[in-house]
Amino acid sequence: MATTAVPVPDGGIIVGKPKWRPLESEGNLAMLLLLPTIALLLMFIAYPFMRGILLAVTNSKVGVIGDFVGFENFARLLKDPIFHAVVYNTFLYTFVTTVFKLILGLWLALLLNRDFKFKAFTRAFILLPFIVPTVLACFAWKWMFDPTFSVLNWMLFKLGIVAAGAGVNWLGDGDLAMLSIMIVNIWRGVPFFAISLMAGLQTISPDLGEAAAIDGAKPLQRFWYITWPLLMPVTMVVVLFSVIQTFSDFQIVYVMTGGGPANATHLFATYAYQLGVGTGLLSQGAAVSLAMFPLLFGIVIFQLMYIRRVETR
Amino acid sequence: MIEGAVWRRWVFFRLPMAIFLIFLLFPFYWMIITTFRPDGELYIPWYRANYKPFWTWNPTTAHLKYLFGETTFLIWMWNTTFIAVVATAISLFCGVLAGYALSRLNFRGAALLGTTIFITYLVPQTLLFIPLSEIIRTYSLGDTPWSLILSYPTFLIPFCTWLMMGYFKSVPKELEECARIDGAARWQAMLYIIIPVAVPGILSAMIFAFTLSWNEFIYALVFLSSPEQKTVPVGVISELVRGDVFFWGPLMAGALFGSIPVAIAYSFFVEQYVSGVTGSVKG
Repeated sequence: MATTAVPVPDGGIIVGKPKWRPLESEGNLAMLLLLPTIALLLMFIAYPFMRGILLAVTNSKVGVIGDFVGFENFARLLKDPIFHAVVYNTFLYTFVTTVFKLILGLWLALLLNRDFKFKAFTRAFILLPFIVPTVLACFAWKWMFDPTFSVLNWMLFKLGIVAAGAGVNWLGDGDLAMLSIMIVNIWRGVPFFAISLMAGLQTISPDLGEAAAIDGAKPLQRFWYITWPLLMPVTMVVVLFSVIQTFSDFQIVYVMTGGGPANATHLFATYAYQLGVGTGLLSQGAAVSLAMFPLLFGIVIFQLMYIRRVETR
Repeated sequence: MIEGAVWRRWVFFRLPMAIFLIFLLFPFYWMIITTFRPDGELYIPWYRANYKPFWTWNPTTAHLKYLFGETTFLIWMWNTTFIAVVATAISLFCGVLAGYALSRLNFRGAALLGTTIFITYLVPQTLLFIPLSEIIRTYSLGDTPWSLILSYPTFLIPFCTWLMMGYFKSVPKELEECARIDGAARWQAMLYIIIPVAVPGILSAMIFAFTLSWNEFIYALVFLSSPEQKTVPVGVISELVRGDVFFWGPLMAGALFGSIPVAIAYSFFVEQYVSGVTGSVKG
């Protein structure tokens, strides 16, 4: 909020025209402008959130309003081996994909930041994985990972890496299925990282790099001591956005593996869906969903504190 | 940019760039080629000598005929468009007004409200879909487009607000003051001076909100049940996959044609979209 600007007298400056104009008060106008937003957010975020907590402390099923059971649903989750796998999977999935998205995205951003022919064209095409409906793109990947007709296995076969009839069973094996959904997530996320980081790179004055070069700094040193620290604020925000999206991911796993084989790729969201919608155990599903909340909340608080620190610096 | 020998340009620029482009765009090529490939060629195991992945000499429109003739794909397209357009309009209306209020008006609780909206911006759909499905059922909105039209703004409004706040902040205060001195009321200055200046920002928010609602999946999956109400992603997954049988030809055709509207919308507004991406992280 800029408070340094010259204050404008409230109620206009035309003297001798005592008209009742309630919208001249900034507070009133703000309330009016914010009313639709607040109403919708209360109805479809705050209220569902309360309902979610209420659901999670009862034993409701579809069509049956349950009784209050306290923390029984959460206690059951703590003993549930599938839930343990879900927690492990989600953290692994989020960590590995974020690291790769950051490295590859930064690399691509550095490439895109150069001058070359068809730059605008390339940039437009690179964002495609990020804008097309994820579910639809996942089908293309699922088809590419098909055990019998996989074009990826054909490539590996032609390169002499796998033998005929001994292809990689991409989605059929637990570890490989996890690897496969990670590849798809990285594929989808790299464009977002690259474009955002490229925008960050463009705000860094090339003079700094040139000055360092004159002082004898090698390209790698210039990157490490100049570009990387200056890019940090953008990087932090992009990473935290991506962590939230990845942590709560649903679509990729739902299409590619459905959480299988043998629950090897279940994440919070897909397990919550399977319990809440698939089996109709609404309360347990809501409890799994809500279990994401503390961590997401922590990330948001961390992000807010970071933004504030950068802004006040 | 790159000084030195030609080989350096190849190793440090052209080769990595080519690998990135192949990695990022190959699935789309695969979608297109599968759409036009006859079934006889599609279902050849990869280790057979006659597996010719990259081209077909016998293109067919059989999959397209199946998709448009035997399924309700066009109805899904219409549903998705309708829902995306209305949800985007509602969200833009709310987001522009809220963004203006939060960035340019001084009132009690402005900072708190701004923070709250930022937090809701980061609430993922997967956190609330189960209680929300209960609420949708209570309001008897289940299996209607309105269940989505009213719930999509929950993630679109915070986004639009955030983007517009960033945009409004960059408009100089003097512009508004001039209008005020000329006797414009506060709301007139907003409507006739500031909002027209912010049109590029509104376009960014619009194109972004449209693609987000076109791509939304979990709410559509949970709230809709009858085939003629579905959106493209949900329709494709539920009608073109029967048990364990995937109809790969029509599936890829559906994926291709379901992506085209967003791709077209995006191609018209690439610049706005890119500034939306970057604006959403800069805030």
